[in-house]
Amino acid sequence: MLGLTRKDFQLLLIVIGLTMFAPFLLNPFPETSALAQFNAGYPDLLQRFVIFSIFAIGFNILFGLTGYLSFGHAAFIGIGSYAGVWMMKLLTMNIIPAILVSILVAALVSLIIGYVSLRRSGIYFSILTLAFAQMCYALAYSVLTPITGGETGLQLRLNDPRILGESVTEAGNIPVPHLFGLETRDSLELALGNWVFTFNAGYYIAAVAMILAFYLAIRLFRSPFGIMLRAVKSNQQRMSYTGLNPKPYTLAAFVISGMYAGLAGGLMVAMDPLAGAERMLWTASGEVVLMTILGGAGTLIGPVLGAGVIKYFESIFSTINRTVLEGWFAFLPDGLENVVISMIYPFVGKGWHLTLGIMFMLVVIFLPGGLVEGGQRLGRLFRRRGKRDAAEGDPVKPAE
Amino acid sequence: MDAIILQILNGLDKGSAYALIALGLTLIFGTLGVVNFAHGALFMLGSFCAVTLNRILNLSHEVAVPGETDFLGNPLMREVPYVYEWFGEATGAAIIDWSVPLAILLAIPVMGFIGLAMERGLIKHFYKRPHADQILVTFGLAIVLQEIIKYFYGANPIPTPAPEAFRGSFDFGLLLGFDANTILYPYWRLVYFGFTVFIVAAVFAFLQFTTFGMVVRAGMADRETVGILGINIDRRFTIVFAIAAIVAGLAGVMYTPIISPNYNMGMNFLVLSFVVVVVGGMGSLPGAVLAGFVLGILESFASMPQVLDLLPGLNQIVIYLVAIIILLTRPRGLMGRKGVMEE
Repeated sequence: MLGLTRKDFQLLLIVIGLTMFAPFLLNPFPETSALAQFNAGYPDLLQRFVIFSIFAIGFNILFGLTGYLSFGHAAFIGIGSYAGVWMMKLLTMNIIPAILVSILVAALVSLIIGYVSLRRSGIYFSILTLAFAQMCYALAYSVLTPITGGETGLQLRLNDPRILGESVTEAGNIPVPHLFGLETRDSLELALGNWVFTFNAGYYIAAVAMILAFYLAIRLFRSPFGIMLRAVKSNQQRMSYTGLNPKPYTLAAFVISGMYAGLAGGLMVAMDPLAGAERMLWTASGEVVLMTILGGAGTLIGPVLGAGVIKYFESIFSTINRTVLEGWFAFLPDGLENVVISMIYPFVGKGWHLTLGIMFMLVVIFLPGGLVEGGQRLGRLFRRRGKRDAAEGDPVKPAE
Repeated sequence: MDAIILQILNGLDKGSAYALIALGLTLIFGTLGVVNFAHGALFMLGSFCAVTLNRILNLSHEVAVPGETDFLGNPLMREVPYVYEWFGEATGAAIIDWSVPLAILLAIPVMGFIGLAMERGLIKHFYKRPHADQILVTFGLAIVLQEIIKYFYGANPIPTPAPEAFRGSFDFGLLLGFDANTILYPYWRLVYFGFTVFIVAAVFAFLQFTTFGMVVRAGMADRETVGILGINIDRRFTIVFAIAAIVAGLAGVMYTPIISPNYNMGMNFLVLSFVVVVVGGMGSLPGAVLAGFVLGILESFASMPQVLDLLPGLNQIVIYLVAIIILLTRPRGLMGRKGVMEE
């Protein structure tokens, strides 16, 4: 179906189902209960889930397939955002041109950076991409201030031309991003008993984009081109001996993943029309590496899982503060309560990066294949146990 | 001419820090073959050794001042650091004043221990894993170390001054025959430069003239053969890792008066130090030191107003630009060894 094998099609269907019903699925706790803060079904977080999933899926095409570890991928998301905001300043608030131009500009820049960086491999490639990204960041922050807005970031203004749209709404405000009239910040709220579900237009636009991106990634993984990329990872030398030049393939992978990042940047702008240099900082590049590794590099669903887990923990952990902890452990005797709180406190709230770092180290040490590998191991464990039970129950059957 | 000399001098202190961190990185890379992304965190830990010592020395308690009372008639209480009581007021004040240089004594065992623990506890298990995994796990470790420091010391920079004796500036202008006040250079930066030269010389001498160093160099050249000769090269490499950690830590200790330590200072230096290592040539110790100084000086030249008028923003990107050019034209770096990390 759609050029996919049955298994891949099932995976695609699962992803479609999960993204479409995410506002329900991620809101399992009633609004009034104490667990409501674990809900993730609000538009802002949902949008981040899908946008960073796109980013990570793209990164995985480069890192997971070819093994080239780029430490400067956030540059493309930043450049894409800037391009998107400029489209909204000059042309129209419709998000389609903004996103298309984001992708194009990111593709162009990644072509240049990739062409230069891919002349080296291994750690040198990582350093080169890191250097380029840091250069983009430094330039956006200082010299290119007229284009990028420098420290304050690039924002929309009332006096922007917007030749195809209107520069000011009738009420005298800056117009909001929309898709042919459907504003991305529009939400439909559905109250069912104690539950409130929010369906946000922007989220669904981004979700459709993510599903398309995911579908493309599956096709790419299963195509001859994808096999070439895997060949680059496993043995470049042997690949060249067979008469194939690995360079065009890796460059194509680099540009494709740059375009994914540009799409993510464009979508970010479509949700919230501003762009800042900090999106290109190398910590942001590190974050996408983290998502991909955490989920499982080189797997299809891994990056999506990784992006989801990291963004979820980021938003949940960082909102837990001392008062919340005190609320949870109020049932304990006072002394014990304080001990427990002071033990947990460093890992939540502002300290959530500590949890992130520990989680990351544990995954790299014990689960190099990421969550996907963890799931497979668990699955195998259960299957083996199941098999053993079956064998014991049916001793007549000869061993294979 | 005076402007040029001034820029060279200005580049020296940053260059020194780059050189020391890059030296440690190269030592680790050359011996263990591990790309250590947590090295910047070690630099940061070093400067927090200085902060910690300063805090410990300033620990004080309240003492009644004999013969004086406050306006209610109670004895007047004053905060007196313990060191004042133990060593007398003059010596105590001097000890607090010299807390940064004294922190070297604290940093050597602390950083050595951290280095050993890191190598034995974590890095050891990553020798056989791909470079990407090493980068990732040390990157994670760097985040963890950084966050631990942030938890205990807060996110704001903590100013830690140099000893009173080094607070002024040295007038190179007069010395070299220019007008007074044209080339002013803070004493502490001179100290830092001298310290760097000393450390670099010590590390080189250690590798060059001791038996231990000889074995390490042999191990860098051919690990297997050294192992076959019956030498436990792993144990020696562990010690080298500790030395590299100490070098990074000392670089951090002495840097505290120049930049107030902050939990993420290491990351800023790390990125640049990696660039330095790559420019100098992976695995080449002299290359790392040379590239450190060269890039530090280039950076300070690029921030001259005359240059900025011509090419605005150059100071922000010059190091990366140089790195890109070097990597593309001389892939092995300035003084890279043959066969190190070449695919």
